[in-house]
Amino acid sequence: MATNVKNDPTRRDFLYVTTAAVGAVGAAAAVWPLIDQMNPDATVKALAVIEADLSAIEVGQSVTFKWRGQPIFIRHRTAAEIETAKAVPLEDMIDPQTDAERVIAGHEQWLVMVGICTHLGCVPLGQKPDDLKGDFNGWFCPCHGSHYDSAGRIRKGPAPKNLLVPPYEFMSDTLVKIG
Amino acid sequence: MSSHSNYNPTNPVEKWFDERLPLIRFSKEHLMDFPTPKNINYWWTMGAVLAIVLVVQIVTGIILAMHYVPNIEMAFDSVEHIRRNVNYGRIIQGTHAVGASMFFFAVYIHMFRGLYYGSYKAPREILWILGVIIFLLMMATSFLGYTLPWGQMSYWGATVITNVFSAIPLVGTPILEFLRGGFVVDNPTLNRFFSLHYLLPFIIAAVVALHIWALHVPGNGNPTGVEVKSNADTIPFHPYYTMKDLFVIVVFFIPFAWFVFFAPDILGHADNYIRANPFVTPAHIVPEWYLLPFYAMLRAVDFDVLFINAKLGGVIVMFGSILILMVLPWLDKSKTRSGNYRPMFKPFFWLFVLNFLMLMYLGAQVAEGIYVILSKVGTAYYFGYFLIVLPILARIETPKPLPNSISESILDKHEAKAAKKIQIGGEGNE
Repeated sequence: MATNVKNDPTRRDFLYVTTAAVGAVGAAAAVWPLIDQMNPDATVKALAVIEADLSAIEVGQSVTFKWRGQPIFIRHRTAAEIETAKAVPLEDMIDPQTDAERVIAGHEQWLVMVGICTHLGCVPLGQKPDDLKGDFNGWFCPCHGSHYDSAGRIRKGPAPKNLLVPPYEFMSDTLVKIG
Repeated sequence: MSSHSNYNPTNPVEKWFDERLPLIRFSKEHLMDFPTPKNINYWWTMGAVLAIVLVVQIVTGIILAMHYVPNIEMAFDSVEHIRRNVNYGRIIQGTHAVGASMFFFAVYIHMFRGLYYGSYKAPREILWILGVIIFLLMMATSFLGYTLPWGQMSYWGATVITNVFSAIPLVGTPILEFLRGGFVVDNPTLNRFFSLHYLLPFIIAAVVALHIWALHVPGNGNPTGVEVKSNADTIPFHPYYTMKDLFVIVVFFIPFAWFVFFAPDILGHADNYIRANPFVTPAHIVPEWYLLPFYAMLRAVDFDVLFINAKLGGVIVMFGSILILMVLPWLDKSKTRSGNYRPMFKPFFWLFVLNFLMLMYLGAQVAEGIYVILSKVGTAYYFGYFLIVLPILARIETPKPLPNSISESILDKHEAKAAKKIQIGGEGNE
């Protein structure tokens, strides 16, 4: 050992470092399952995709579905509502988005959104005919007074974002797959 | 025992902290610098293994409680849900179930170590009694936990063991109904068992803290049974014994992991995969392997003694078999601690170990014919060892001469080895 230069790593140094490395990897591998168990389990994931049948929804009618435990607002919009939504200039909006960006081309009458206010998570009113619909004839969140228009865009109040559009696609004209 | 630390905080923040709460000093004294006899062997490593297994049980148990439902309609399914759906649930549930067995395996080695080396003798009686209390708490906890999956064995195990209390004269039935919260084991029973199963491990942890406190007053025993006399007899706990313990922990986890990954159910009973049914008892009720010796002793008493009927007698014998350990320090009065220096004690001790294993085997057999006779013989020897053999040996046995000190015993061994080498070397030269 006396002949060993100080900076020269010894066989023992190598063993220390490799042992520590293997130990760290092992510890991490052992701890990961203890953490990952809190993530959504297989039964939760199995319900992460739903199919919604739209055939019974009349023009001007709204229906709420449940997807991943959250309300999904599906509205069969009238021609007048679509026109109003399209006519709004972008600069009038808090979170500017055109009506075309809120729907799927060819299915403009169907508005599909997560029915949770982007402010603090309440469920806005406006699904039932006699609900308050706010100043823009869409949805109104009673918790802190956010007004959404007929495309679900935030127009007035404390919410920062438009109502979220979930990932969805049309399986046929009257069947959508959400998730 | 509080002056063996060389902790001298130089950093002003550490110094300030040390004067107000000497936490670092305490850890250094008790977890690192603690003077430990330099001759303790591998039988002394189970304490560390047990501490780790307790942590594993508590961590996996808290996780299982996040997914388990203590309700008779959902309990069985929720355990299956954990094993099939929860991420890594199969491994976490398996670790907890196998962990109970590994816990008892380690505790039995730990206890037999104590019995052989006389760890219960003065001045360590409180240390030993605290250990017996931990053992009792472990048995209660494992029994409560075994009820939770609500399978057939869970249900009938809970029924049979709670029925033990009905053996108490006069107040037996009211106590039984009080414990169960009903006329039979049912939803109230499951709910309270779950609550207590969550509570007891923390009480165990608290008693473990007292156990270690009681250990650190006289310090560790050692294979010679001769107390530490000078600094030459000891080495610091860290790194010498932390590393030795860590090595054993790694080795211990190999079979542990094998069970968890490849045979999580091998230590359990297939009947527990049948949902609990209060109308049908399984053909053959058997407790978990670690409770079998005591179960065998319960069943061995099938006769009345005076006014004590067989049922009460069995219960007294079963509880007595553990409670007798509490008074062991006053039954074995031999001044020599270590079995290494007790020529007459040794064969009786090893017979006691074999007898314990035989009772374990008998506990799993049907209560008929030769098995009953052997159970009676085994029970008799179990109690005879404590009540007759040890007190008599203390009077008549002439122990071998003890070494003057731990370091001397080590030097003697080396000299003997060296002498042997010279002898062999000499023969080679001829």
